[in-house]
Amino acid sequence: MKDTNKNSTKSSLGDCTQDYKNGIGNTDACPQEEFPSTDPRDDISLWSIFVSFFKIGAFTFGGGWAMVPLIRKELVDRQGWLEDSEFVDILAIAQSGPGPIAINTSVLCGNKMRGFPGAIVATLGSSLPSFLVILVIANFFLKVKESTAVQAVFKGMRPAIFGLLISAVWQVGKKSITGARDIAFAAVGAGLLLFLDINPIFVVLLAAISGVVYGSIEHSRSAARYDDTKNSA
Amino acid sequence: MADILLQLFVSFLKVGAFAFGGGYAMIPLISEEVVTNRGWLAMEEFIDVIAISQGTPGPIAINSATFVGFKVAGVVGSVTATFGVVLPSFIIMMVLGRLFLRYKEVPFVKYMLSGIRPIVVALILSAALSVLPNSITGLVPGIISAAVIVAILVFNIDPILLLVLSGVLGFFMYR
Repeated sequence: MKDTNKNSTKSSLGDCTQDYKNGIGNTDACPQEEFPSTDPRDDISLWSIFVSFFKIGAFTFGGGWAMVPLIRKELVDRQGWLEDSEFVDILAIAQSGPGPIAINTSVLCGNKMRGFPGAIVATLGSSLPSFLVILVIANFFLKVKESTAVQAVFKGMRPAIFGLLISAVWQVGKKSITGARDIAFAAVGAGLLLFLDINPIFVVLLAAISGVVYGSIEHSRSAARYDDTKNSA
Repeated sequence: MADILLQLFVSFLKVGAFAFGGGYAMIPLISEEVVTNRGWLAMEEFIDVIAISQGTPGPIAINSATFVGFKVAGVVGSVTATFGVVLPSFIIMMVLGRLFLRYKEVPFVKYMLSGIRPIVVALILSAALSVLPNSITGLVPGIISAAVIVAILVFNIDPILLLVLSGVLGFFMYR
């Protein structure tokens, strides 16, 4: 029974999922499920939430968006703990905050399923694998980093990291810079970071404040325009 | 010891609270704290941590918190740093989760993000330029960088594979 329900929501949600990936989409376009106050999800054990997120955390390399399809597959398709529409909403919120998107998504999913304790176990589960792996590697790396073989391998990888980052500038820029205002923001940001050597935290804060000021001015302007057309009519 | 743990916690709390855009965009914030302000890692070591992060599961912020914490103060240090980097995400998501459920869309947050989104590109560019002196040290590294850029942008090849290949190349060239 659960399966038929899931399929019906999936097909109707194709479009707004895309919206969310591109930024904050029109939330009204997505159908909202109303849930009764007694949530059947209280049955989901905290342990099984932990195990699911541990698996997700253990098998996503590179982090970031790579993790999202795996979380969806595990929680929506395999376990049926979340509806597709709920997951779409969760993604939109996860993108609005700072911090790794995988962790944000885990917090929100855990919270949705079992409240505060659910959020704690989900976060623990998804961060524990990378924590353990790095602990082992750090231990090993700090011991062998003087060895010529290890140094040679890392010396070979360093220029590749520069290449990765430059490629990312292009790939991310293509997606996130869409107009003259964005170009201006990015150029000022780059200037502050590269030439004035300003702490990136202040640049992020400045961008956030400018975004709010710009958005509010635009908003009031379009409201004024609307008033003008109404008055002249 | 308690001093160092507090410094680790505060530094990674800052990273967790202001790292918008995820992944590579976090690199300048982490390096500002870890390399420039605290001197816990040399730039070269930090680049190596980025390389390790690419080949291991999990987000780069958690990987570097765990690594730096361990290097500075052992297992307790890595727990402290990792806790610090996750805490802001946790709190902000719990609050935003409630807010959005009630209002669906908060214009303030929307405007704020529209300001931050283009900045992410500047952050990644500054990450690239900050690793430049330690990564392109001669002609061969320059060729590796150029090859990686072409491989990713033109041929869409998996970055992890490219890292492995350049590591193997380094092994035979520099050993």
